[in-house]
Amino acid sequence: MTIIFLLIGLSLLVALVFLAAFLWAVRSGQYDDAYTPSVRMLFEDEPIPPT
Amino acid sequence: MQAELELPATRPRPTALPPPARGVESFFYDNKIVRDFGVATVIWGIIGMLVGVIVAFELARPELNVTRYTSFGRIRPLHTNAVIFAFVGNGIFTGVYYSLQRLCKARMFSDVLSKIHFWGWQLIIVSAVISLPLGYTTSKEYAELEWPIDIAITVIWVVFGWNMFGTIARRRERHLYVAIWFYIATFITVAVLHIVNSMALPVSFMKSYSMYAGVQDALVQWWYGHNAVAFFLTTPYLGMMYYFLPKAAERPVYSYRLSIIHFWALIFIYIWAGPHHLLYTALPDWAQSLGVAFSIMLIAPSWGGMINGLLTLRGAWDRVRTEPVLKFFVVAITAYGMATFEGPMLALKNVNAIAHFTDWIVAHVHVGALGWNGFLTFGMLYWLWPRLYRTPLFSKKLANTHFWLGTLGILFYALPLYWAGFTQGLMWKQFNAEGMLQYPNFLETVLQIVPMYYLRGMGGVLYLSGVFLMMYNLYQTAKAGTLLANEPAQAPALLPEAQDPHAQGGHWHRWIERRPVQLSIGATVAIAIGGAVEMVPTFLVKSNVPTIAAVHPYRPLELQGRDLYIKEGCSNCHTQMVRPFRSETERYGEYSKAGEFVYDRPFLWGSKRTGPDLHRVGAKYPNSWHYNHMMDPTSMSPGSIMPAYPWLFDNQLDNSTLPAKIRVLQKLGTPYPAGFDRRAVADAETQARSVAAALKTEDIDVKSDREIVALIAYLQRLGTDIKVKPAQVAATAAQ
Repeated sequence: MTIIFLLIGLSLLVALVFLAAFLWAVRSGQYDDAYTPSVRMLFEDEPIPPT
Repeated sequence: MQAELELPATRPRPTALPPPARGVESFFYDNKIVRDFGVATVIWGIIGMLVGVIVAFELARPELNVTRYTSFGRIRPLHTNAVIFAFVGNGIFTGVYYSLQRLCKARMFSDVLSKIHFWGWQLIIVSAVISLPLGYTTSKEYAELEWPIDIAITVIWVVFGWNMFGTIARRRERHLYVAIWFYIATFITVAVLHIVNSMALPVSFMKSYSMYAGVQDALVQWWYGHNAVAFFLTTPYLGMMYYFLPKAAERPVYSYRLSIIHFWALIFIYIWAGPHHLLYTALPDWAQSLGVAFSIMLIAPSWGGMINGLLTLRGAWDRVRTEPVLKFFVVAITAYGMATFEGPMLALKNVNAIAHFTDWIVAHVHVGALGWNGFLTFGMLYWLWPRLYRTPLFSKKLANTHFWLGTLGILFYALPLYWAGFTQGLMWKQFNAEGMLQYPNFLETVLQIVPMYYLRGMGGVLYLSGVFLMMYNLYQTAKAGTLLANEPAQAPALLPEAQDPHAQGGHWHRWIERRPVQLSIGATVAIAIGGAVEMVPTFLVKSNVPTIAAVHPYRPLELQGRDLYIKEGCSNCHTQMVRPFRSETERYGEYSKAGEFVYDRPFLWGSKRTGPDLHRVGAKYPNSWHYNHMMDPTSMSPGSIMPAYPWLFDNQLDNSTLPAKIRVLQKLGTPYPAGFDRRAVADAETQARSVAAALKTEDIDVKSDREIVALIAYLQRLGTDIKVKPAQVAATAAQ
């Protein structure tokens, strides 16, 4: 069952990568504004002509 | 917000935008690549689902298994691979290539990489369509493709990642919208999973043996299998939900904060739930419990996401009545909610005891696949096509018809299989008043549910017919419009972080750099993991030392038979894992022990009992029974739904790669004596002659060099290592 150590290790490694990404996101101000991004993404496409 | 979106109807088709203001850059979105992936999604969807309908009816009517290339065991993996990696895979790329460009306010990093990605992925699928029916398979579920194709998948996946990260690096929008995070998690995790699970040593161009054996292989496989569901079928589609649902509803997601929590919670928990696929098997109990605990925890983020999706439609439900895109999304999100509640429930050991190995699991995954993945894809395509082709959808009415056909299809598919799974699971466990199995004949429990297999097949037909309508609808839409291959867009350039007043805090690692203790802990953990990864191969070799003295490596002919078992896909319908329940030990014999599988590369525990478990089938029936049964299953089991395998009786066994197989297995740690590779063919022929001679005593004439002889040798060996043999009993009695 030693393979489980490899899998736990790899899972932890992936989790650490995500943790680093999370810390980066928080530290770099990605989440300072938790509202306007949801609205901003709506304004970009040219609407199609109505039916 | 609404007013800004509703531009005048007479607005001309935008082919160019006015000259940009100072600091604003002009660029073009690549719509052609989105269209190409979309077309591939539809085509492979139809092919994958068509194969699904065929395999569904093969279960109801075994005579439909007409050729070796289309027999259930060979094309069931084709169905799963086609719908997962071809239909959903291309669906992911469609959604990512469209939304990522817009969310980053940038064209894809490289048109060349986009093209390599597109054609590379399609070639991989074509190679699967060719190799799986020919019987080239590793037998590991959703990872059946052989090693050269695995390498190609890795290369193309890296191309995808390169293109994606390149685009992100060149973005003109500092904030990474939540959808992008889901895409990033998908890329990283799928890469790790695919590489680790596909580790194998090649024997020849299209044959390899897994680096892991037995229990270890099973654990790696289901760590992969579960996370393939998590990070291929779920996270990218959640990203697409967070993009296309607000777009289609024309309102922001209910709670952006919740979406961020949803993302981080989900990815930190998902990767630990894999062992719930191996409850009550030879996997250590603590690993099983770990999987159960994390599976239950998954309900919280999953339902957070589902609720966030449904509440996004608050105030827009009137539009759901008329807008097919939103209808598809509502059912998709609801199916996601149902599947992610059912999944944790199935991961409870007491529920799993009944549901595992039955059609209940098949119903469960199809609620996810048909409902969540299928309907989200359809909604997205109906939304995209008018935008790519700058013309209204050809027919809303047809799209609505598709919606109802699809919804009915899901119901007709799932409900009969829930019924079937529940019925059969209980029949397997039923004892009578005398303490004997109520249904000792496995076949009886199969015949009980065959009507459900018909209904399920009809559900599949309904669902597929809806997809045909969509194909026609999208085709007519494309014909009426013109593809806007390069869509003009403008956005201000992103200032370097130092000059940007909105970006503060500097690099994240400055934070950790100022904290020596945390830094030391972090570094130690990182090093420990690296060390573990390096040391584990040593452990692997050690674990091949048998823990049960009576367990021996397969003889060469048995190994050949085992590879035929893999080639014909027997493990799609037969398990080799007797769970420690009285109902199973009564039916099959002694429960399976981890030490019995140390030479099994790959493991063949299976995940579905369409036929009975085979781990203790060795020495249970005479050779002639297997011979007749493989020639015509109904001759031994009247009414059996197993297909016949007549070609095994004509094909000569190919022993040319046998020495190479032995050498590879020796390298992996199987203790064949030195130089055994040179004697292997002779040993196989000797054993084949003795099997043929034994058949002769039962009035069956067979040439010893036929494939069937090897298969019988393997089946008769299965699980016999720890069976007490009559000769031993006699010897013990004499003492």
